Amino acid sequence: MSAAGDGAVVVNGTRRRLVPGTTVAGLVAEVCPSPRGVAVAVGGEVVPRSAWDRTPVPPGAEVEIVTAAAGG
Amino acid sequence: MAAETPADPLVVAGTALSSRVLLGTGGMTSPDSLRRALVASGAALATVAVRRVDPTTRHSLVELIEGLGVGVLPNTAGCSTAAEAVLTARLAREAFDTAWVKLEVIGDDRTLLPDPLELVAAAEQLVADGFVVLPYCGDDPVVARRLEQVGCAAVMPLGAPIGTGLGIRNPHNIELIVEQAGVPVVLDAGIGTASDACVAMELGCDAVLVASAVTRAEDPEGMAGAMRDAVAAGRAARLAGRITRRFHAEASSPAAGRIGR
Repeated sequence: MSAAGDGAVVVNGTRRRLVPGTTVAGLVAEVCPSPRGVAVAVGGEVVPRSAWDRTPVPPGAEVEIVTAAAGG
Repeated sequence: MAAETPADPLVVAGTALSSRVLLGTGGMTSPDSLRRALVASGAALATVAVRRVDPTTRHSLVELIEGLGVGVLPNTAGCSTAAEAVLTARLAREAFDTAWVKLEVIGDDRTLLPDPLELVAAAEQLVADGFVVLPYCGDDPVVARRLEQVGCAAVMPLGAPIGTGLGIRNPHNIELIVEQAGVPVVLDAGIGTASDACVAMELGCDAVLVASAVTRAEDPEGMAGAMRDAVAAGRAARLAGRITRRFHAEASSPAAGRIGR
């Protein structure tokens, strides 16, 4: 699953190439129609929304971007 | 939370809820169906699962729920270890801005029964992390007590496995849990129809969480209303105090003054 050292990351289980320096906020904007009700974990650690703008997504990172789904 | 709080509110972690019905949203076929069921149930809280974003989904489940004045209760459904459940809860707190979580840690794929060891471990970590933890647990009174001891804000024993609609298989265990509990007891899972919800309340549960029984009913809105009424009736009956069960009959009409005697 781990992305090779080519700058790519794995977002929700799928390999994805990012422009170097892309932040969590930038990635969320690429992936989600709206950032509301969304949370992000990078490498198994939650990145608080307040830190999205200043947190770059490191090369090779495994990123989970989640939201609500009907359930339970 | 809905604006109106009844005279006999359910209080969880110091918060008075507007209803003793919690509605699970899993299995609902459309946003409109969910909206009508939520209104008909009068639910105070609605559970949601935490899943990877689907970029093609346009409607917001959370906006729908909160727009009705209903609180969002994220769950950790699908987790099978404490570590997964803790991360899922932390993501949910960040996504939905709530520290409340329905903690689910499943130990078996066929029965979806909770794993008590992972569950207690996860509960302990989440309580330490400031969460209001509402654990979905088996109907084992000892596990329920352990969950309360580690600081859970409620315990949510199953009546029967998730989605089975088998009702309350071990009512005596539910009564034992109720009898010892110092936190609210929410009957979670197994409810098939309104009478099951009513029995849960008559046994002394403080609330009922229903999902499949409503969402997979032929008429979810109709069943949601039935659940609301059943929970209210069961609560009223519990407070009114039922009669003692007797082996033989006891006439309600006077024995004296019968003709021909």
